Amino acid sequence: MLDSADIATRVEEILNVHKGMEGALLPILHAVQADFGFVPPEALPIIAKDLNISKAEAHGVMSFYHDFREKPAGRHVLKLCRAEACQAMGGDRVAAHAQKALGVDWHETTADGAVTLDPIFCLGLCACGPAAMLDGKLIGRIDEARIDAIIGDIK
Amino acid sequence: MKIYLPLDSAAVALGADEIAHAIGVHARSKGVALDLVRNGSRGMVFLEPMAEVETPAGRMAFGPLTPADVPALFGDLAAHPKALGLIDDLPWMKAQTRLTFARCGVIDPLSIDDYRAQGGFVGLKRALAMSKAEIVAEVTNSGLRGRGGAGFPTGIKWKTVSEAEADRKYIVCNADEGDSATFADRMLMEGDPLTLIEGMVIAGLATGATKGFVYIRSEYPIAIDVMQKAVVLARDEGVLGASVLGSAHAFDMEIRVGAGAYVCGEETSLLNSLEGKRGVVRAKPPLPALQGFMGKPTVVNNVISLASVPVIFEKGAEHYKTFGLGRSRGTIPLQIAGNVKHGGLYEIAFGLSLGEIVDKIAGGTASGRPVKAVQVGGPLGAYFPRALFDTPFGYEEFAGKDGLIGHAGLTVFDDTADMLKQARFAMEFCAIESCGKCTPCRLGAVRGTETIDRIARGDAAAIPLLTDLCNTMKAGSLCALGGFTPYPVMSALSHFPDDFNAMKEAAE
Repeated sequence: MLDSADIATRVEEILNVHKGMEGALLPILHAVQADFGFVPPEALPIIAKDLNISKAEAHGVMSFYHDFREKPAGRHVLKLCRAEACQAMGGDRVAAHAQKALGVDWHETTADGAVTLDPIFCLGLCACGPAAMLDGKLIGRIDEARIDAIIGDIK
Repeated sequence: MKIYLPLDSAAVALGADEIAHAIGVHARSKGVALDLVRNGSRGMVFLEPMAEVETPAGRMAFGPLTPADVPALFGDLAAHPKALGLIDDLPWMKAQTRLTFARCGVIDPLSIDDYRAQGGFVGLKRALAMSKAEIVAEVTNSGLRGRGGAGFPTGIKWKTVSEAEADRKYIVCNADEGDSATFADRMLMEGDPLTLIEGMVIAGLATGATKGFVYIRSEYPIAIDVMQKAVVLARDEGVLGASVLGSAHAFDMEIRVGAGAYVCGEETSLLNSLEGKRGVVRAKPPLPALQGFMGKPTVVNNVISLASVPVIFEKGAEHYKTFGLGRSRGTIPLQIAGNVKHGGLYEIAFGLSLGEIVDKIAGGTASGRPVKAVQVGGPLGAYFPRALFDTPFGYEEFAGKDGLIGHAGLTVFDDTADMLKQARFAMEFCAIESCGKCTPCRLGAVRGTETIDRIARGDAAAIPLLTDLCNTMKAGSLCALGGFTPYPVMSALSHFPDDFNAMKEAAE
């Protein structure tokens, strides 16, 4: 576990890199999440103070965007596209299969901490759906068999 | 041996990186000197991953490739089982009018030399010799309208910013391409990023803005990477910086990354997000052209609008204007998606009928079943039945049929689609993505989902309620999210009434 002092040091480093940037809050939050895998609650007051905004405002921004996590995700993150072009190719069916196979609903992590299942609305892979993203890697024309293979590989 | 293989997200999602690896391994084992260029996609997603091999006759295309097809690329090319012929002779490529996407898939996206060799910076150089007013007039004359979906004349927006008095002005490129069925922005940024940069610099010259931002959605990691590298290249080349190509004009830019909020594709919420705030919509007026980023005059344009500017200056507004239909001038990159045999990007003059696009270019459905509906313009666009397939592709023409062309994405559904379910999804999506600022959108979408559930349970009395709610959302929402969600809902209801009656009949 990281202690508060470690978090503070690393957040300060990130803040230094973003000094003077116009509208720096999103880039800072992205950098914090890239570093920790989520945005630790201890980080927000430090960021708020540096940018001269209230803690409520920093929290409001962080919680507005789907990308920022308050808690760490599982060891792997599987994102499945739920949007129309993927629906037209059976995306809902594949998603239901993934939920059943993993035993989780959207935004949930399997009990063993292996996989977080997130919905995503469009990866721009609309001509080769259903689309998915596994730990940042893009996958087109995903089907039930591919889901099973992925789960087999990572669990 | 020179081989081109796309770095495009769709190609990569279908295995291009594995093919690239296999090509490298095979070339080494055969002792072949390999020049592997990771280019943009030609837009034929149904043939990805597609490699092109340079031959004396031209570039020969092969696809869709699996790693097992790689060794044969080093043998008799004509006998290759996945040989498609010369790329320029393929019917899909030949029938297009590629202006904005002329270089996409042709060049190495991160080679300044390739870019120059294919007409790059010719438009910028011409613009540098013109006055601000002349540049604005050229864009106005071209008839270019915002390709993000609203269709607002680009020249008029530029004129407003150009004539505004301020110490700082900005060019913001909206690359938050969140609409399902759209991927033109992504393909352009991945395949020809310097075109977008050149277009933004010209926008800077026209308006007196010296700083630009490209706001790219986080769901596009490859586009973000390519754009970041291209900005560095452009700076090294003197296209960006204190003196654009040695002139007295300064222009520089930054790549910013969104954070998964669909509503940030709306220009005012994008500006808030860029300022480091919640992506909440702003009331208009004031227009962003007068009070945009940090309260300063700001051009907010879509990727394709800005990327179409260099070719307008290279070939002239008159040339660009000769393409199109009515008040929809120039070309439009159609993005053919969903359940289609031939999906991908197809740039053509406005004016093809929806039926020609769906039946001829897309070749019908991938499933082989009849087409039931086509959603045009993304999640906020209407569902079109076959009865409206004679509608010509143009802004006014689609508006006349209670639809919109939006960012020109088309999602095709076969006859297994349940239109009540699609209408419900539109409301559900709006509820998830609403920024929460205005009531018709924030509450309307939730009530809309519930009302459609009532209809699904056989309660026909809920149908007029849904219609009424849609009217309220349409008229009372601050932005297109709440204001346009009624398009898919009402089009599903009016064109596919049977899907809304089935449960009622079953109940009776």
